Amino acid sequence: MNVNQSAPPLPPFGQPQPIYPGYHQSSYGGQPGSTAAPTPYGAYNGPVPGYQQTPPPGVSRAPASSGAPPASTAQGPCGQTAYGQFGQGDVQNGPSSGVQMQRLPGSQPFASAPLAPVVSQPAVLQPYGPPPTSAQVTAQLAGMQISGAVAPAPPASGLGYGPPTSLASASGSFPNSGLYGSYPQGQAPPLGQGHPGAQPPQRSVPPQASSFTPPASGGPRMPSMTGPLLPGQSFGGPPVSQPNHVSSPPPQALPPGTQMTGPPGPPPPMHSSQQPGYQLQQNGSFGPARGPQSNYGSPYPGAATFGSQPGPPQPLPPKRLDPDAIPSPIQVIEDDRNNRGSEPFVTGVRGQVPPLVTTNFLVKDQGNASPRYIRCTSYNIPCTSDMAKQAQVPLAAVIKPLARLPPEEASPYVVDHGESGPLRCNRCKAYMCPFMQFVEGGRRFQCCFCSCINDVPPQYFQHLDHTGKRVDAYDRPELSLGSYEFLATVDYCKNNKFPIPPAFIFMIDVSYNAVRSGLVRLLCEELKSLLDFLPREGGAEESAIRVGFVTYNKVLHFYNVKSSLAQPQMMVVSDVGDMFVPLLDGFLVNVIESRAVITSLLDQIPEMFADTRETETVFAPVIQAGMEALKAAECAGKLFLFHTSLPIAEAPGKLKNRDDRKLINTDKEKTLFQPQSGAYQTLAKECVAQGCCVDLFLFPNQYVDVATLSVVPQLTGGSVYKYACFQVENDQERFLSDLRRDVQKVVGFDAVMRVRTSTGIRAVDFFGAFYMSNTTDVELAGLDGDKTVTVEFKHDDRLNEENGALLQCALLYTSCAGQRRLRIHNLALNCCTQLADLYRNCETDTLINYMAKFAYRGVLSSPVKTVRDTLITQCAQILACYRKNCASPSSAGQLILPECMKLLPVYLNCVLKSEVLQPGAEVTTDDRAYVRQLVTSMDVAETNVFFYPRLLPLTKSPIENTTEPPAVRASEERLSNGDIYLLENGLNLFLWVGASVQQGVVQSLFGVSSFSQITSGLSVLPVLDNLLSKKVRGLIDSLRAQRSRYMKLIVVKQEDKLEMLFKHFLVEDKSLSGGASYVDFLCHMHKEIRQLLS
Amino acid sequence: MATYLEFIQQNEERDGVRFSWNVWPSSRLEATRMVVPLACLLTPLKERPDLPPVQYEPVLCSRPTCKAVLNPLCQVDYRAKLWACNFCFQRNQFPPAYAGISEVNQPAELMPQFSTIEYVIQRGAPSPLIFLYVVDTCLEEDDLQALKESLQMSLSLLPPDALVGLITFGRMVQVHELSCEGISKSYVFRGTKDLTAKQIQDMLGLTKPAMPMQPVRPAQPQERPSVSSRFLQPIHKIDMNLTDLLGELQRDPWPVPQGKRPLRSTGVALSIAVGLLEGTFPNTGARIMLFTGGPPTQGPGMVVGDELKVPIRSWHDIEKDNARFMKKATKHYEMLANRTAANGHCIDIYACALDQTGLLEMKCCPNLTGGYMVMGDSFNTSLFKQTFQRIFSKDFNGNFRMAFGATLEVKTSRELKVAGAIGPCVSLNVKGPCVSENELGVGGTSQWKICGLDPTTTLGIYFEVVNQHNAPIPQGGRGAIQVVTHYQHSSTQRRIRVTTVARNWADVQSQLKHIEAAFDQEAAAVLMARLGVFRTESEEGPDVLRWLDRQLIRLCQKFGQYNKEDPMSFRLSDSFSLYPQFMFHLRRSPFLQVFNNSPDESSYYRHHFARQDLTQSLIMIQPILYSYSFHGPPEPVLLDSSSILADRILLMDTFFQIVIYLGETIAQWRKAGYQDMPEYENFKHLLQAPLDDAQEILQARFPMPRYIHTEHGGSQARFLLSKVNPSQTHNNLYAWGQVSNCQEFEEGPGYFFKMLLLN
Repeated sequence: MNVNQSAPPLPPFGQPQPIYPGYHQSSYGGQPGSTAAPTPYGAYNGPVPGYQQTPPPGVSRAPASSGAPPASTAQGPCGQTAYGQFGQGDVQNGPSSGVQMQRLPGSQPFASAPLAPVVSQPAVLQPYGPPPTSAQVTAQLAGMQISGAVAPAPPASGLGYGPPTSLASASGSFPNSGLYGSYPQGQAPPLGQGHPGAQPPQRSVPPQASSFTPPASGGPRMPSMTGPLLPGQSFGGPPVSQPNHVSSPPPQALPPGTQMTGPPGPPPPMHSSQQPGYQLQQNGSFGPARGPQSNYGSPYPGAATFGSQPGPPQPLPPKRLDPDAIPSPIQVIEDDRNNRGSEPFVTGVRGQVPPLVTTNFLVKDQGNASPRYIRCTSYNIPCTSDMAKQAQVPLAAVIKPLARLPPEEASPYVVDHGESGPLRCNRCKAYMCPFMQFVEGGRRFQCCFCSCINDVPPQYFQHLDHTGKRVDAYDRPELSLGSYEFLATVDYCKNNKFPIPPAFIFMIDVSYNAVRSGLVRLLCEELKSLLDFLPREGGAEESAIRVGFVTYNKVLHFYNVKSSLAQPQMMVVSDVGDMFVPLLDGFLVNVIESRAVITSLLDQIPEMFADTRETETVFAPVIQAGMEALKAAECAGKLFLFHTSLPIAEAPGKLKNRDDRKLINTDKEKTLFQPQSGAYQTLAKECVAQGCCVDLFLFPNQYVDVATLSVVPQLTGGSVYKYACFQVENDQERFLSDLRRDVQKVVGFDAVMRVRTSTGIRAVDFFGAFYMSNTTDVELAGLDGDKTVTVEFKHDDRLNEENGALLQCALLYTSCAGQRRLRIHNLALNCCTQLADLYRNCETDTLINYMAKFAYRGVLSSPVKTVRDTLITQCAQILACYRKNCASPSSAGQLILPECMKLLPVYLNCVLKSEVLQPGAEVTTDDRAYVRQLVTSMDVAETNVFFYPRLLPLTKSPIENTTEPPAVRASEERLSNGDIYLLENGLNLFLWVGASVQQGVVQSLFGVSSFSQITSGLSVLPVLDNLLSKKVRGLIDSLRAQRSRYMKLIVVKQEDKLEMLFKHFLVEDKSLSGGASYVDFLCHMHKEIRQLLS
Repeated sequence: MATYLEFIQQNEERDGVRFSWNVWPSSRLEATRMVVPLACLLTPLKERPDLPPVQYEPVLCSRPTCKAVLNPLCQVDYRAKLWACNFCFQRNQFPPAYAGISEVNQPAELMPQFSTIEYVIQRGAPSPLIFLYVVDTCLEEDDLQALKESLQMSLSLLPPDALVGLITFGRMVQVHELSCEGISKSYVFRGTKDLTAKQIQDMLGLTKPAMPMQPVRPAQPQERPSVSSRFLQPIHKIDMNLTDLLGELQRDPWPVPQGKRPLRSTGVALSIAVGLLEGTFPNTGARIMLFTGGPPTQGPGMVVGDELKVPIRSWHDIEKDNARFMKKATKHYEMLANRTAANGHCIDIYACALDQTGLLEMKCCPNLTGGYMVMGDSFNTSLFKQTFQRIFSKDFNGNFRMAFGATLEVKTSRELKVAGAIGPCVSLNVKGPCVSENELGVGGTSQWKICGLDPTTTLGIYFEVVNQHNAPIPQGGRGAIQVVTHYQHSSTQRRIRVTTVARNWADVQSQLKHIEAAFDQEAAAVLMARLGVFRTESEEGPDVLRWLDRQLIRLCQKFGQYNKEDPMSFRLSDSFSLYPQFMFHLRRSPFLQVFNNSPDESSYYRHHFARQDLTQSLIMIQPILYSYSFHGPPEPVLLDSSSILADRILLMDTFFQIVIYLGETIAQWRKAGYQDMPEYENFKHLLQAPLDDAQEILQARFPMPRYIHTEHGGSQARFLLSKVNPSQTHNNLYAWGQVSNCQEFEEGPGYFFKMLLLN
């Protein structure tokens, strides 16, 4: 096995080495080890062996690549059935149980019920990588792809479903313990694929496993594993190991082949796979993997050493970990879609894990806030802080208080409690919600957050029914729904005055660069029509929002556009050092009334500055001016800044070019993310106090210090848009779409958000675009439907299972019509005393959202390397804790992942590889700061696709098929040069064209006759009247519609220089900047875990 | 005597000069004993329709410290083509152009009738006149409307190539760009922040970037106008634009809360105006015209806070040191005035408001730069409108009666030194051999700058005789004084006017009679008054009065004839006879008395007193009273309560006011309507006569006086009653309750003299 290779890496790891040697040998052999595992399993599950037999499929596997596919299908059935069953039950439960079971009897558990529950998921999994995930892991372990020989194998599987293939083989086995078995199989397959010959070594692998085991888990297993399995089939062997994995469902698929057959247990595994999932058992593989990973440092050489050790037995080394055998995001997403997309998600039950963000589902609010508003990292919180510390799973909620809902779902009801205002708990000030308990016949209610007993005001009194529920509970949104709004009384308003409707101020850079690029003309032209679409509330006929205009270079020009004027008046303020607003009346106007003057102004602005030679700009004074204008008008509002260059003119907030790439990878790297001066923070603070939100559109030709310029937008809840090297011809559409969306979107102003929790936990940390002047209130000058706040919770007391934990997020804001409102979101979570419950109710996507934000904030204060290490360590701890406390005992050489977190490693790897944490040579400092800033307020769906881009094959499915094609994994191996793919990550959109795409396809899509005639870098597809063209353009449009920012299309041809850019987004591969491939990272992770466990 | 009167008058008409003494005491000691200093009132640009300017440049003495201009008093050697400077006795060669001169072919400057001569300098590009309007927008609607109309009207009066600019201010200060099409553009400044000239120019974009894009661009002259053109445009180009702009001017839009004054940033507005011109047209004739309707209430130069309940400072506050903003504001405006003067620009202030507007603090702006100060109740009065119109009046040549950027240099013969000047000027601090160590007025220099002047602008120039007693001047020796005034004529030419005068020396011992006879008491009164008024700037009022009294007593002692202990025996010769009376009225005048005047009014009166010519000054000191009756033609009568008779019509001209007062009977007749009856047409004529005369005065007077038409018992009669000498006590007059704080006032000049003499 690669083990050998891995060996080299070992050195770095240190301790392991000694062990490894042993492993390698054994493991390699063992890897087949899976076989090794098998033994143990075998022991556990009598059946296992049997499965292994099935593995014979394993044989097929050997041929793996080819044979595999069918296998998968086979598996499918098995798994599906199993899953189906599970699906009915709680998915989570299944897995957890599975886990436990594993521990105890080992095999039995799997076989037993637990599996069943899990089943549901499996179904999904089966097709692809069901097993893949878990199985993969194992597989990886076993065969490091490192080995050249192995490589080929992967490709086979490469189809994406490679893993499935193995699964397929396993399929047979699936029915039973499929999962477990499958895993091993998975491993096996790779091996087999690689080289039959190798297989034997694999078997030996099992030994490895065993050897691993010693370090990792119990020695006992080792022996067992090695024993039986190995012999069986090299592959079969592996399956055995899988059994261990059992817990991890993914393996199912793979193993299915072998193991599945064997142990009836497998089914359970399936469950396990879902949740606890994977256990990648890769013994050797991990080691090696690391070696290869550049990150890890030690290169193959190390591996070599391994190889040497294991060498003999492990002819396998040639093999590498099969990518198909490791958990596949695509698979997981597809499974969830299939399983949960059809039925509405009803929020009535406490602690339910919602479908993934990638799944389309409807929500029915029955007392808890929709996952569109709040998503948690875990829906089952440990009762004690000790548990929480042990698990290291961050407890966080990602809250999007003003999230847009699909048309089918009703927006929150508005409740008007009249002059008395919303009913609240006297002590903790929580708002009335469905969890409040009415007592004493309805005369009082007990606060669900602080347990205080409050009187019910007479006008609110209502009798209780026999269950203790108010009889009007269903008539009142605040007693029956998770999300609703209160009309605020004057007490909730600034200065005790009802707010004046907000205003928008457009502040346009008219320096030389802006004029030359055509921006000014374009923008003015667009504004003329755009002003008709200012956000309106409800059925209002016209928007209450007033508008104002400012242009600037190194001085500011204000415009008086009062309706009574025949022509606009320009007022120049040159005193940028001490900004003020030169006019009051006529600056902020109603669009309809002043239409003529505004139009005249917008016509003239481009003319007036057409000949400008002014290249210097100011920045802080511009914001200051807007803020002062709002202050003078006594209203909240939003500034739209269109800015082109580093503000070097003499004025407050003047910046200097401090871009220095030499700082990268030094302790001073963090300074690149920090603002240059504190002036902007001070300014932002003033803006927040005034309810002045700043949206910044940047059009830089060179370094503009995004890190500093974005401080104010960031702290005021605004957005930053960046169009590098803006040119009207190329970027017009992107800019205008973003602008239109930004101007039209509904915004809340002058908002304060407070998250209350029931006793026992407390919100301690907040991430997002906002300002906090104290530790509890999140102040947002502006908040729109795209902005998300991530909140972290910590224990400050014990929770109990019975009461669970409650969250109430209250957002006080001014609507765009100037109405003061409170939006309340409530969410109840379960509490657990068993760690397994925690692991069964986690959401990896949310977890990644939190971890990314945490890390991205970390780079401000710590060296990037430290941040990366922290992430890796935390991840390893989470997984190790699971392995230690929840997974059934198995070989230490096995990587076992909880079902819910089986994607954690791959996603985390993507985070680690992102521009911010690992910049490539072509990534500018501004880009990093920009991305860092963007991610900070992303919601879960956005982070999900941002870190793991979607790669859609366009020509695989029949043209007639109108549905979105199923995605493939983001790896170069998945690209076939005869196809065309779309890749999107929420910000970028690529159309990759393989070099040998059929001419007809080229013709119908690009309107040219051959591949070579396609213009590289093309950003618009020609409008052609044929099915394919329409379909692709339609798909592109629908993708764009799903994202909050317009994605500019870039056509990339295979082997073209632009492909480098494209490859950056193939996140499962090793990146040019040194990012580890998925497989390598998984190995590394495994090693970390093993270290923790030992 | 008659000859001296004629001589004096002739000299005034020819040279615009009135000396206190027309025969000069020949030694320092004797001169000081004369009490009234040797001094003259000089009207540098006195209108001389008969004096065509010569189109060449003056010939200068070659001695670097002298540089006197060739004049009729010089000795000329026609054969050797040499001339001797009459100030330093340097012998100079005539320039080649004068090769043809001879006794019969003299250049103009050598002819005696050209003791005053004007040269036109052809060098240098003519620079246009510049008018920069600085307009307060915190006015009542009516006032603003009237002001806008006046301003629009003024555009038609300006020469078409004049440059105009507009700055408006209220809470903020706006500098309007005039050349824009389609959109009106202005630069806005905060009204509370003082800016340096450099900052202002930076912010207006008037400074060249340190490193221009095309480093080699010799087109410096072209660029300059282009830079400034945004704010200062030739009137013919932007006539329409500016008219519209003025038409669209709105009142300051910022809300003024109850109980507050509007925020008015006069200080900053002026500062910006000064900075703007400083950066664009230094040393080019320019007029900054400030129109304001109230006191500055914020920023540098603020005179009063915006709380209405705190009234603006009064003399009482100032005496009690209770005017908290005064010092700072004064300092601000002084700084501005000095800068403006250094740039050769002048500042006019047109303040129209019922209350004070801060003229006290701002007075130095017109005073130091030669600008006008006009005070009125409202912009919507004919007083303002006509005064403003009169600024743009033209002389017989069709040129504006204004000149800019003048430098006035005084040269004296050796026996004299110049001690100082009093008038709308600033010192240029040029020390020279003819500068006295003693200062009277603005001294220590032989050159002054007068940034804005008109044909009536008059300076008092004071000299000191330095000849020692033991160095007698040879018989027939004459002292000479030459005044050289460089200025920018309103036709944009640079011109030099040279006036050379000489007077005889006389030995006091032997020729006192001559000296007495040559005393010009009118000039002396005005010159002394100027000294007195000048002293009020730095001294307490009573001290100034005491000083004046002492001077008068000393003069009377020197030149009066009386027997000791017998006041009734006191006599003064004719040439001194009116002088004490002038002093009496001067003591009561608003120039020295602040009672019943606000600080602004005092500043206003003093401003005009320091720049008007002799005739006008005398009117100010002692108002003129004419009486009209059926008994004969109108006759001047004593400014005395005894002149108020029932059957008379009185016309009083105090310079600032013209009062027509109908006696009791006349008023009754008029009320009865006799004037409308054909048989009483003579009564109608009688009523009409003073009106016509008043009209005549109004026509010529600048600024327009307050015109009051009243009658016996009318409330406005107080203007008359406050001026007349109360020889009859108030008991036999009706109730005029203005009890003076000075007993002498009520006693009349007769008693006044006695008191003085007894001292």
